Amino acid sequence: MATQRPPHDPETVHDPMIDPRTGEYAVIAPGHNFRSVTQKIAGIVLTGSTPWAWWGGFFFAATVAMGVVIGVTWLVLKGVGIWGVTIPGAWGFAIINFVWWIGIGHAGTLISAILLLFKQGWRNSINRFAEAMTIFAVCCAGMFPLLHIGRPWLGYWLFPYPNTMNVWPQFRSPLAWDVFAVSTYATISIVFWYIGMVPDFGTLRDRAKSPIAKYLYGLVALGWRGSTRHWIRYESASLLLAGLSTPLVLSVHTTISFDFAVAAMAGWHTTIFPPYFVAGAVYSGFAMVLTLAIPIRKFYHLEDLVTLRHLDNMSKVMLATGSIVAYGYGMEVFMSWYSASHWEFFMMWNRMFGPMGWAYWLLILTNIAIPLTTLWSRRLRVSPGYLFFLSFVVNIGMWFERFVIVVTSLYREYLPSSWGTYRATFWDYLLFIGTWGFFTVLFLLFARLAPMIPMSEIRMMLPQTKVRPGGQPADRVVEEAL
Amino acid sequence: MPPREGIYGLLAEFNTPSELVHATEMAHRAGFRRMECYTPYPVEEAAEALRFHKTRVPLICLIGGIMGLITGYGMEVWVNVWGYPLNIRAMPLFSWPAFVIPGYEWTILFAGLSAAFGMIALNGLPQLYHPLFNAPNFRDGATTDKFFLCLEAHDPRFSVTETRAFLEQFNPVSVVEVDH
Repeated sequence: MATQRPPHDPETVHDPMIDPRTGEYAVIAPGHNFRSVTQKIAGIVLTGSTPWAWWGGFFFAATVAMGVVIGVTWLVLKGVGIWGVTIPGAWGFAIINFVWWIGIGHAGTLISAILLLFKQGWRNSINRFAEAMTIFAVCCAGMFPLLHIGRPWLGYWLFPYPNTMNVWPQFRSPLAWDVFAVSTYATISIVFWYIGMVPDFGTLRDRAKSPIAKYLYGLVALGWRGSTRHWIRYESASLLLAGLSTPLVLSVHTTISFDFAVAAMAGWHTTIFPPYFVAGAVYSGFAMVLTLAIPIRKFYHLEDLVTLRHLDNMSKVMLATGSIVAYGYGMEVFMSWYSASHWEFFMMWNRMFGPMGWAYWLLILTNIAIPLTTLWSRRLRVSPGYLFFLSFVVNIGMWFERFVIVVTSLYREYLPSSWGTYRATFWDYLLFIGTWGFFTVLFLLFARLAPMIPMSEIRMMLPQTKVRPGGQPADRVVEEAL
Repeated sequence: MPPREGIYGLLAEFNTPSELVHATEMAHRAGFRRMECYTPYPVEEAAEALRFHKTRVPLICLIGGIMGLITGYGMEVWVNVWGYPLNIRAMPLFSWPAFVIPGYEWTILFAGLSAAFGMIALNGLPQLYHPLFNAPNFRDGATTDKFFLCLEAHDPRFSVTETRAFLEQFNPVSVVEVDH
């Protein structure tokens, strides 16, 4: 959680982030107490006046989100023929966007579950909005396969339920596995997110001034009163949910990679897909956390709670997962040569130098060349402006990764007589861009209505939490020292 | 079931977790058992002082997970072997490796829902009314920055005057009577 440094190291004395008594590198800026962090976080939600910039962002995002409404309406009226999907490129934007969005969601689960199990205290500041990002990204992701099936109103046929037609799903298909993986992932993420917010809703209920807010937060707080026995069961359930989410998040993207890997298609049929997809998902997800965290900490003045140390740590995770992704790319190229398969070799040649070769090189530039050379520099890792730029670069790169995987394998497959190309249509772009607006709308509503930073977990990171034997109120000494 | 009228208990407010844990420990040594601490974040030392160690949440979670595994895997086997057998490129009807992933997902789904709802049920939530919410200082502090110890009236050792004197010796910010 904190880097140990010698307490009297002269070069660390002047750094306000170093606790002078312990020499530990603080995650939260000094000078805060339980009440100040509570007021800071609850104040964002409980203020009567919504900032004008929030309204501006909301209206802009809602306008963009109209793309979803229009795109889906026209799709339902006309059918999937309005998209660019056709033979041979039967999997177009719908699958690319699905994999991209759900990959973005994975960082939220990584932060909330895996880093909790590893006792990474710094995650506390960012886990709530990373989890929210997960849920909203899964909402956007789930939309695409549902629409891609052609008759979205019959989407419930994907689930096993007794019906008068006497038909059931076919469980030997990875597409049926996907239904189970993604629906479980969405359910568990929502439950984990909500359970995490219950104590904070209790705080909001007790701090709210308006009767409507008191009533609504009181309902969702379920009557939480901070009882110690409740807390112990709560901690136990949180830990269990974290322990369950960890294998879940790995299994979800593994299952999604099986959609490709199980098919006998050059460029897809490879065992490296599950780990490489999971690493890519976490890579793009952390980029999205940075995209959201950097403007939010600036706009709501949360620099004390989401510090440069958080940005630094997230960049390091991106560096690690980005390197795994780079290894995956390298191994794909190696295997296409080492397999001695004519089809694999052609697929890779076509991917690099064929008509869509530009997409491959753009992906190498944005996913590998720019981030993996610059993230080694600590100066850039703590520069919010650069990281904000980089987060967009990486997410563009990760989108093109899925584009390259889906399209370049399909459009020139085994039989040259069936070669074709893939061109996305206006409706493809409209729906995809619309989901960005939809995601932003959901996120802005969340930022306005729910505590973005978990207050109870932030309180646990303050020095005042230390319990001293004998009940002496020695904690006041700490407060004076700060 | 305690009587629903009269006094619920005496609520002592402390500024720091150390004072709360000390007072709780002393109350336990003095023989009080029907008591509870209220804190703005989990204070494990307070649970130690209350001698509250074990929760049944992990057991509920385990049972839920086993039920999910049996339900999910059993459903797949029934559907693909008896309910709706299909010959897919001559794979056996009982293709057990292919059934692993949905079975695994339902294990996690049932276990996670059991852990979450089991915790809520064991905590007796949702319980929108609680006598403590009547205490004038409880809602400003308990979910923000104060630490409370409530000695409840249905403890056999409870007496309004003596228990108040007992709590006063730990220098609390205040000791309040809480009505039902």
